Amino acid sequence: MDMEFTAEDLAFRDEVRAFIAENYPQELRGKQDEGDELGKEDFLAWHRILHKKGWVAPAWPVEYGGTGWTPTQRYIWSEETARADCIRLMPFGLSMVGPVIYTFGTPEQKAKFLPRILSGEDWWCQGYSEPGSGSDLASLRTKAVRDGEHYVVNGQKTWTTMAQHADWGFFLVRTDSDAKQQEGISFLLVDMKTPGITVRPIITLGGEHEVNEVWLEDVRVPVENRVYEENKGWTCAKFLLAHERTGIAGVAASKRGIERIKDIARSEQDGDRPLLANPFFKRKVAELQTDLTALEFTELRSLAGEAAGRGPGPESSLLKIKGSEIQQRITELALEAVGHYGAPYFRGFGEGDNEHPIGPDYAHRTAPSYFNMRKTTIYGGSNEIQHNIIAKMVLGL
Amino acid sequence: MDFTYNETQGMIRDTLARFLADTYDFDTRQKMIATDVGRDPGIWNALANDLGLLGAAFDEEHGGLGGGALENALLMEEFGKVIAIEPYLQTVVIGGGALKAVGGAQAAAHIPGIISGETIIAFAYAEPQGRYDLANIRTTAKADGSGYILNGHKGVVYCAPWATHLLVTARTGGSNRERNGVELFLIDANLPGITRRDYPTVDGNRASEVYFENVAIPGDALLAGGMDLIDRVVDEATVAVCAEATGVMAKLHEGTLDYSKQRQQFGQPIARFQVLQHRMVDMFMEVEQAKSMTTYATLHLDKPAHERMAAVSQCKAKVSRGAKFVGQNAIQTHGGIGITQELAIGHYFKRATLIEGQFGSADYHYDRFERLVIDEAA
Repeated sequence: MDMEFTAEDLAFRDEVRAFIAENYPQELRGKQDEGDELGKEDFLAWHRILHKKGWVAPAWPVEYGGTGWTPTQRYIWSEETARADCIRLMPFGLSMVGPVIYTFGTPEQKAKFLPRILSGEDWWCQGYSEPGSGSDLASLRTKAVRDGEHYVVNGQKTWTTMAQHADWGFFLVRTDSDAKQQEGISFLLVDMKTPGITVRPIITLGGEHEVNEVWLEDVRVPVENRVYEENKGWTCAKFLLAHERTGIAGVAASKRGIERIKDIARSEQDGDRPLLANPFFKRKVAELQTDLTALEFTELRSLAGEAAGRGPGPESSLLKIKGSEIQQRITELALEAVGHYGAPYFRGFGEGDNEHPIGPDYAHRTAPSYFNMRKTTIYGGSNEIQHNIIAKMVLGL
Repeated sequence: MDFTYNETQGMIRDTLARFLADTYDFDTRQKMIATDVGRDPGIWNALANDLGLLGAAFDEEHGGLGGGALENALLMEEFGKVIAIEPYLQTVVIGGGALKAVGGAQAAAHIPGIISGETIIAFAYAEPQGRYDLANIRTTAKADGSGYILNGHKGVVYCAPWATHLLVTARTGGSNRERNGVELFLIDANLPGITRRDYPTVDGNRASEVYFENVAIPGDALLAGGMDLIDRVVDEATVAVCAEATGVMAKLHEGTLDYSKQRQQFGQPIARFQVLQHRMVDMFMEVEQAKSMTTYATLHLDKPAHERMAAVSQCKAKVSRGAKFVGQNAIQTHGGIGITQELAIGHYFKRATLIEGQFGSADYHYDRFERLVIDEAA
């Protein structure tokens, strides 16, 4: 057991650093620095660069387009991309439906969809939650009725992130209403341009348009777009959720978040000292940093287990719980740090807007971020559901 | 990076686990504690000579198996699982650690005795006024010819009643709380002028107040290195105690889980209640994080002092908080039976509680971490 990087690891780290420095889009860097809301093309710009390099899907098996990196190299990759403040790639294709397709899909599905996920040609969204089915996902009611070589889908999905940009969606639908809840669900890949689909925005507390309602009315989906067997979609759904949770710890990004808080607290004055010298504030930073170290090493232990042949299991729920709590505490502390200047409502820089916004630059997005990040303990299976998963799968309760 | 134990380490762990399973059940432990001497010396002898485990963390040149901090952590975790009252921490981790650090003739003179089980070392560092500050020392070692004269009072010296040797921190110069002038001495425990007041501790161990009155010690008792050496030795001890804590906490959690499945209320096992399920999940997460932090700190012990101390403090702060959380909730979930002497669970709770403060509380270590990492950046 050791935590040293080998000479190869260090060479890899240098290669990654140099690559990011040379290839990360300057325009995107500028928008991030100014706190602008990012659009589809912003996300795709970095995605396409990584695809060209062959680094867009490090976690995938090599035969489907993965990098074949060791767990250490994957760790270095996430560290370096966070250090350089690279945007996070959209997970819906790369981390969610991609692994489902290469694990459960037909050869035709793999050939059709995987290359387009890698290239960024298709933007994916996730049709899971419904107005009546949040934590109790298996109670979902969106119905798919077989009609020859098609399913006819009717129902409503919600909290569908970035569906406004989506070319394709993966949907959980009920194909057997008489079976036990989990046994009557199928997993469908749906072309979002199919007639009968309506996407309506939901604006969240920070003012962002991230999530949507998706209405499906007599949407015809070819049977060949069903992944895995009919009524066995829950198997895919659970697999996907476990995969979703491993990346969700967000350690590297949170490290950068804590450094940002320290920067703010060095600039903010608290009487005759910087805020960072206030013992109460400082203690909260120290606790946060310590909890993040604990999370990081828990994730590394879990990665070591994965390398030894164990897939992401129920312990990924621990990473989700602690990771999301830390993400929230970071935004909470940032908002606390900026004091009065958390209040002005910053709408972003409009076209031709020459007036400097109110308050220090670092304060602009603290309140919206704080509000926005309340989602982390709710999405991907709420933290209470994660407790249930650990209780059942790990503790045997 | 590699987070797996090698084959030898796995064997060392299994050997101790099997031995303790055979020899250290809870009733046997309670009987040992109740004897006059407060332990069974046969256990220590078997660890040394039948199993060869006391050499696990020493170099081969001293007759050891070539291990180090990882082996100490593995063994301490197993000791924690049975809340062992053996002097491994004091003798091997602390005494042995100081000797390994100074090396040379002193290491060669003492380490074989540790490995064979003959030498038992107690660490006399704390003083009544000193709290967790290792340099807050009034005990003096005055140069006298080629040796020193020791005067002072050391408090709560774990294992002192059993010790053949004392590892003592004392001031050769400088004023109270000054780092300069503090030195470490390894001395015979039975020198004239040493008196002890022995007592049991609340976690089942034995300790002493140790008084030195004009104790003449030889010059080669000095383990040169001053506060830097003491900091290092105490950091190693702190991580070892955290490793012990992971064993104690795992058992607190496991015991609670088992009990909740048996205990019936409202016509069903209390394990069915979601409020208790979620609490036991929270306990599980604290145990896992304590393990992660212990690994983290163990792997930092050979780093430069600044990094090592920051990592150890993060580890101890997290483990102290976690030990409190897991211990208190283990008792709460057991209900009334948890606060009796009858069940093992309460005894694990007592050890967990003393571990919280051993070598510094969470507050002390957050302070130290802040000084090292945040103040510097401020």
